Amino acid sequence: MGYRKVAIVGAGITKFVRRAQETAKELAWQATKMALDSCELTLDDVDCVTLGTAPDAFDGVHMKGEYLADGAGAFRKPYMRHYVGGGTGIFSPIHGWFHVASGMADICLVVTEEKMSSCYPHPQGAFITIFDHTTEQPLKPTLIWIFALEMNRYMSTYGISKRDIALVSVKNKKNALDHPSAQLGGEITVDDVLNSEVLAWPVNRLDVSPASDGAAAIVLASERVARRLTDKPVWIDGVGFSLDTAYWATRDLCYPTYVENAARMAYDMAGITEPHKEIHVAEPYDPFDYKELHHMEGLMLCPKGEAARMTADGVTQRDGNLPTCPSGGALGVGNPIAATGLMKIIEIFLQLRGDAGKRQVPGKPRCGLAQAWGDLMQVGTVVVMRI
Amino acid sequence: MKLEDYELGGTPLRSSDIKKGNVLTTSWEPNLAYAWDDGVAIGRYLAELKNGRIIGRTCYKCNRIMIPPRMFCELCFRPSDEWVYCKDTGIVNTFSICHINWDASRRGPNEPPLIPAVIEIDGASKGMGILHMLSEVDPDDIKVGLKVKAVWKNPGERTGSITDILYFKPLRAPTKRAKATKKRAKATRKRK
Ligand SMILES: [Zn+2]
Repeated sequence: MGYRKVAIVGAGITKFVRRAQETAKELAWQATKMALDSCELTLDDVDCVTLGTAPDAFDGVHMKGEYLADGAGAFRKPYMRHYVGGGTGIFSPIHGWFHVASGMADICLVVTEEKMSSCYPHPQGAFITIFDHTTEQPLKPTLIWIFALEMNRYMSTYGISKRDIALVSVKNKKNALDHPSAQLGGEITVDDVLNSEVLAWPVNRLDVSPASDGAAAIVLASERVARRLTDKPVWIDGVGFSLDTAYWATRDLCYPTYVENAARMAYDMAGITEPHKEIHVAEPYDPFDYKELHHMEGLMLCPKGEAARMTADGVTQRDGNLPTCPSGGALGVGNPIAATGLMKIIEIFLQLRGDAGKRQVPGKPRCGLAQAWGDLMQVGTVVVMRI
Repeated sequence: MKLEDYELGGTPLRSSDIKKGNVLTTSWEPNLAYAWDDGVAIGRYLAELKNGRIIGRTCYKCNRIMIPPRMFCELCFRPSDEWVYCKDTGIVNTFSICHINWDASRRGPNEPPLIPAVIEIDGASKGMGILHMLSEVDPDDIKVGLKVKAVWKNPGERTGSITDILYFKPLRAPTKRAKATKKRAKATRKRK
């Protein structure tokens, strides 16, 4: 379609922690510097920067994009900041992809950062303004409601039990034990999940990813530059994003149509017609355990209502036919909102290069996918990558 | 590159580090106040709630009756057409039994759980729901598809707010058969 080929050539990430001593700017610097070092570039080589980070209310810093510019290496360069909730970490590289694919830039730095701990003692209160100020906020909603309502609708529609869903949490937290950034890796059982504190039935504490501080960054390059920089460029072959209506209570929450729309866009671009066969490793967004299943269905990696059975059959384990969240996902590595999606992109980058260490899935995967989700249960963002 | 070959940034702190003063912190409680005006469509919606009625808005092109009402149809992207009253009954599309408050603080031992739900309002198009609360119901009696009815504040206490509806409650008391099913369900839930 007239796009230039775009590759990921370098990556950087911090640890994901509940509360980091570093400022947001320092976290961004750590991830960005590591990304540049990993492909032996300096800031002078960078043509432009895209940045993803949450609404200013999280940090209590107005115009946070500008505040972060120094840590992201963005001053005196073309720079764009954006935010689409949890979907941001996949949207940022899509944003960067545009700059390189269009020919405007040869090297684009993509930086995502989140420091949720500044909103003290808990960022949950900052989430209330997601809801409509007149028709919903007076009911004093918490963000957990939308997950609980969606999870119940999903369970009721397809007859899925909490036990089926808890397997995702068990798998991802175990996978995270092998991730150097991980905040909440661990060996837990399905019963641990079911017996953990009930926050908002059907959501228990261990169904949920933690609040985190952290940053991630990647370097995107045009084909000519990428081949000079590395012998293992990972190509972004498809990008997709789609936003559904904010009247969330008038959509059927059992299926994320917007994720399907985003996936179709990315698959069309990448020439993928049978995603369940052609995608070898996937990082669907898993802020809650049921969301991984919900998203696998939206991504058409399995038929509607079948993701739980696939998980129970072990298909999504690292050594299964379609490993999902080999990183440990948001549930295990942590969920610094805007940075989580980019952590997933980095995991697929490493998996396709064969650089994922103890997390490496067998069989030399050649095609992978990362996806994120956010806003008021309404945005889907997808990137398809190949080596 | 392997992540394992790098010393990753990010220095973990504990809440106790802050409480004990092991790290220096500066804090601020912003005093932000907002007055959101009601808008054209929601203004009428609120005014009707004060009258004890739920009003929607039609779109002749897609034939939807929309709740909450809107002055334009977001699907057809044209002006909506007419005001139409809906009923104050509906069915539960999905629900949660919530033990935390909006700020993630835990509800006290004597506070009943909050029961938020999406309620598809009778008279609006199928699937058009609103967020509201359920009460006067045993959580074990709630299931997707339950018919419910609004419980209103007394007319003199209404202010033209979504909270003029206190909550929704089941349209009918549970039947004997439902009670028996509930007993069984309770036993199953324990097993799960
Ligand atoms: Zn219409």
